[in-house]
Amino acid sequence: MEQVDFSLVDWSRAQFALTAMYHWLFVPLTLGLSFIIAFMETQYVRTGNPEWKRITKFWMTLFGINFAIGVATGIILEFEFGTNWSNYSWFVGDIFGAPLAIEGIMAFFMESTFIAVMFFGWNKVSKKFHLVSTWLVAIGSNLSALWILVANAWMQNPAGMKFNPDTARNEMLNFWDVLFSPVAINKFLHTALSAYVLAAVFVIGVSAWYLLKNREKTFAKKSMKVAAIFGIAASFLTIVTGDGSARNMAKFQPMKFAAMENLYNGQQNAPLVAVGFLQKNKTETDPKEQDFVFKLEIPNMLSYMAFLDPNAYVPGIHDLVKGNTEHHILSYKERSEKGKISIQSLAEYKNAKKTGNDSIATSALARFNENYAHFGYGYYANRDVNELIPSVPSTFYSFRIMVGLGFHFLALFLVVLLLIKKDKIEKERFILYTALWTIPLAYIASELGWVVAEVGRQPWVIQDILPTIAAVSQINSASVQFTFWLFFVIFTGLLIAEIKIMVSQIKKGPGSDDADHLTNNEIINS
Amino acid sequence: MFETFSYIALQQYWWIIVSLLGAILVFLMFVQGGQTLIYTLGKTEDERTVLVNLLGRKWEFTFTTLVTFGGAFFASFPLFYSTSFGGAYWVWMLILIAFVVQAVSYEYRTKPNNLFGQRTYETLLFINGLLGTVLIGTAVATFFTGSAFSVDKMNITRLIGDKMPVISEWKGLAYGLEAALNLQNVTLGLTVFFLARVLALLYFMNRVNNTEIMVRVKKQLIYNAIPFVIFFLIFTIWLLLSKGFAVNPISKEVYIEPYKYLHNLIAMPVVAIIFVIGVAMVLIGIIRPIACFVKCSTKGIWLTGIGTILTVFALFLLAGFSNTAYYPSTFDLQSSLTIENSSSSFYTLTIMSYVSLLVPFVLAYIWYAWRSIDNKKIDIDEIKSESHVY
Ligand code: HDD
Ligand code: HEM
Ligand code: HEM
Repeated sequence: MEQVDFSLVDWSRAQFALTAMYHWLFVPLTLGLSFIIAFMETQYVRTGNPEWKRITKFWMTLFGINFAIGVATGIILEFEFGTNWSNYSWFVGDIFGAPLAIEGIMAFFMESTFIAVMFFGWNKVSKKFHLVSTWLVAIGSNLSALWILVANAWMQNPAGMKFNPDTARNEMLNFWDVLFSPVAINKFLHTALSAYVLAAVFVIGVSAWYLLKNREKTFAKKSMKVAAIFGIAASFLTIVTGDGSARNMAKFQPMKFAAMENLYNGQQNAPLVAVGFLQKNKTETDPKEQDFVFKLEIPNMLSYMAFLDPNAYVPGIHDLVKGNTEHHILSYKERSEKGKISIQSLAEYKNAKKTGNDSIATSALARFNENYAHFGYGYYANRDVNELIPSVPSTFYSFRIMVGLGFHFLALFLVVLLLIKKDKIEKERFILYTALWTIPLAYIASELGWVVAEVGRQPWVIQDILPTIAAVSQINSASVQFTFWLFFVIFTGLLIAEIKIMVSQIKKGPGSDDADHLTNNEIINS
Repeated sequence: MFETFSYIALQQYWWIIVSLLGAILVFLMFVQGGQTLIYTLGKTEDERTVLVNLLGRKWEFTFTTLVTFGGAFFASFPLFYSTSFGGAYWVWMLILIAFVVQAVSYEYRTKPNNLFGQRTYETLLFINGLLGTVLIGTAVATFFTGSAFSVDKMNITRLIGDKMPVISEWKGLAYGLEAALNLQNVTLGLTVFFLARVLALLYFMNRVNNTEIMVRVKKQLIYNAIPFVIFFLIFTIWLLLSKGFAVNPISKEVYIEPYKYLHNLIAMPVVAIIFVIGVAMVLIGIIRPIACFVKCSTKGIWLTGIGTILTVFALFLLAGFSNTAYYPSTFDLQSSLTIENSSSSFYTLTIMSYVSLLVPFVLAYIWYAWRSIDNKKIDIDEIKSESHVY
C-alpha cells in the first residue's frame, strides 16, 4: 500500500485530536457543574433561603458561558467522522451511527429545551418545574456523555457485531451487547465521574479566589462545601473505575497496556512502576529490557492490577510484536499474514459471487471468517509491523500524571471539607492558593486521560479491525491541513474569549452579598 | 413490532424520518434568516437587543435539529455519510464552521470583556445566516442534480496497487464547492436564504411588541418575499422539467429518465398533495400579513412554517422514493446512492425505529416547556428586566 498518503493520515488524525481535545476542554465542566447547580437549587427550594438562589444563579451564568462553546466544538466532531474518516463511516457506521443518533434524539433535545427553562424561566414557571428543569439539564448532558462514550468504547472493544461480506461492512448483531459491554459501562462511569471531579475542583478553586480576596465569604463557603462533598464521592469512584479501565485495557488492548507501563518484556509477578523516568533515545524496536533512568516500583502490583492475581503473566511489547509461544501469543507478522488472507479471501469471495461460482465463494468465505480476528493487521502485511506500536512515553507519562493528580484532588477535597467544618478555611491561605492552582491541573488530568486512551490505541480506529490508514477519507492533505489551522485559529480565539468572559464574570461576582452577616453556624446548617 | 416490517419498509420509514428532520430544519432556519436582518430591522441598540434575544432563545433548537439530522442520517444511511461528507469536504466544512461561530455568538455578544467586541459577534451571526442557508440549500439541491463520485466497496481489499483502500472517491474538482457552479443548485440555495428571512420576519411579527420594528418588518417582508417566490418558482419548474436519476426496480441499474421528478410527482399523488398544500400554506402565510398587516400578522409564522415543512418534506420524498437515486453520481451512474443500497442493516434500522418512538415525547415536552416560558410578546422593557440576556 505505497499509495497511502501519510501526511493525509497524519493531518486527519491531528485535526481529529485537535477538535476532540478542544471539545473536551468544555464538556467535563458542563457534566459536573450541571449536577452541582442542581444540588444548589434543590437546597434553595428546600430551604427557601434566597442566598441559595443567588449561588445557583451565579454558577449557572458560568455554566452558560462554558456550555455555548462546548456545543460549538461538538458539532465539528460529529461530522468529522464523515468528512475525515469516510471509510470508517461505512465500515462501522451500521453500529456507530446508532449511538450518535440516539444521543441527538434522547439527550441533546432534553438538554437544549430545559436549558431554556433554566435560564429564562425564573419568573415564569413554578419553583418546582424550574428545579425539575435544572435536573433534566444535568441528566440530559450526562445522557449525551453516555451515548458518545458507548460509541467510543465500542471502538476500543468491538462487541455485538459481525462482518457482512456482502455489504463489506460490520453490522450490529446485538444492541444490548454494544450498550452494556463492560468496557462501555466502565468507560462511561470513569469519564463522567472524572468530569464531576473537574467541576468540583473548579467550584472550589473559584470560591477560594473569593476568600483570598476577602469577598463573598458566605457564598464561597457554601459553594465550597457542596463541591467538596461532591468531589470526595466522585474522586473516590473515579479511582475505582480508573482501576477498572486499566483492567479492561489489559484484557482487550494488551499493547496499549504494555505501552502505558513501558513494559517491553512480559513477566510474571510484574511490578508497577509508580514513578519513573524513561531512558532517552530509546527506540521502541530495541530488544533490550525496559529502561528507566529512575524508577520506584511496587512489587507484583502490575500483575494484580491487570488480572487481580499477583502471579499473573503480563505480556510486554516484544511479546506482542514478536510473539510468545509459551503464552500463546501470535506475533504481529503472523497476524498480518492472517489478516492478509482474510482481506484477500474477501476479494475472492466477492469475485466468485459475481461470476456465480458458489463453491469458491463458500471456501473463500470460510477462510475469511477464520482469519477475520486479524483483519486489520492485513493492511500491515507489506509494511513494518513496528508501526503498530503506540507512543510509549506519551502514554506512560500521561497515565502517571493523571493518576497522581487524582490522588491530589481527593486530598484537596478532604482538607477543604475539614477546614470548612472547623471554620478555618479563610485563614489557610496556602490551601486556598493550592485550590486555585488546582483548576488547571484538573483540566490537565482530564485531557491526559484521553491521551492515554486514544494515543495508546494507535493506530487502531477499531481495535484489530480497522487501522487509521484504512479509515481515512481520500481528500488532498492540503485541504485537511488548511482546515486544521482554520479550526486551530477559530477554537483558540474562542477559547481566549471564553476565558476572558469567564474571568470577568467571576470578578464581578454573584451580585449584592446581603447574607454576609449570617453566622457560620447558620451557614453550615442551611 | 418493527421486526415484522420488510427491509424496504424500514428503509422507507427512515427516509421519511430523515426527510421530516430535514424539513423541520429548513423551517427552523428562520433563526439564520433573522440573523441577517438584525441591522436592517433594529436601528437602535435596544431594538437589536430585542431581536437578538428573540432569536437567541431559539437557536439551540435549530442547532440541535441539525445535529440530530446528521446523526439520524449517519445511523440510517451511512454510505451517504461517508460519500457526501468525505467527498464534498469543503461545502460541509464551511457549513460547520458557520455553525461553530454561531453557537458562541449569542452567549458572548454582550458579555463584558468578550475579546472581539459586540460587532464581531453580530457579524458572525450574519455569516452564519448567510452561509448556513445558502450552502445547505445548495448541498440539498445536489440530491437532484448529482455530484461526481464513485463508490466501490471492494476497494477495502486493496493492499497493493495505485489506490488507497477507500470506498468512496470524490471526482469533483473542488471537494464539493463545484456544486456552486451549477445554477440550479444555487437557485435552491438562494430560495432557502430568502425563505429563511421571510420566516424570520413572520416570527418577529408573532413575537415582537414594538411599532418601529414592525414598520420595518412589513417593508422587508415584501422585499424578501418577492425574490423568494421567484427563486422558488424557477427551482420548481426547472426540477419538474429536468431529467432525473431513476433506478430499475428489478436490476437496480441506475439510468437517466427525462421528467423523472415530474413522473414521481404523478406516481405519488400523496406527495403531490402534500407539496401543493405546503406551497399554498407558505404563500397564504406570506400574503395575508402583507394584505392586512395589523390584524393577521401573528399567524403567518405558523402557516408558512408548517407549509415549509410540508413542501421540503415532499421534495425529499421526490428525491428518494419511487425508484429514484437520492444521491446521484454524475461520474458513474451505478455508484449513485439509493435508499436501498446505502442504508444500515435490517437489525440496526429496527433498533433505531424503536428509538424513533421517543420522538413524539420529545416534541411534547418541547411544546410544554416553550409554552410555559413564551406566553406573551416581548418588548424592550421586558428584555431589560430579564436576568439572562444575550
Ligand atoms: C479528572 C480527571 C481524571 C482523573 C483524576 C483520573 N482519570 Fe482516568 N481518565 C480520565 C480522567 C481522569 C478521562 C478523561 O475521563 C478518561 C479518558 C478516556 C476515558 O475513558 O476516560 C480516562 C482514562 C483512563 C484510562 C484509559 C482507559 C481506556 O483506554 O479506555 C485508565 C486506565 C485510567 N483513566 C485510569 C485512571 C486511574 C487508575 C485513576 C486513579 C486516580 C484515574 N484514571 C484518574
Ligand atoms: C473528547 C475527548 C477525546 C479526546 C481528547 C480524544 C483524543 C484523540 C486523540 C489525541 C486522537 C489522535 C491520536 C493520535 O494521533 O495518536 C484521537 C483519535 C481519534 N479518536 Fe479520540 N478523543 C476523544 C474522544 C473521542 C470519542 C468520544 C471518540 C468516538 C466517539 C473518538 C474517536 C476517535 C477517532 C475516530 C480518532 C481518529 C482515528 C485515530 O487516530 O484513532 N475520540 N482522539
Ligand atoms: C468524537 C466524539 C464526540 C462527538 C461526535 C460529539 C458531538 C457533540 C455535538 C454535536 C454537540 C453539540 C450538541 C448540541 O447541539 O447541543 C456536543 C455537545 C456536548 N457533548 Fe460532545 N461529542 C463528542 C465527545 C463527547 C464526549 C466524550 C462527551 C462526554 C463524555 C461529550 C459530551 C457532550 C456534552 C455534555 C455536550 C453539551 C455541550 C457542552 O459541551 O457543554 N461529548 N457533542
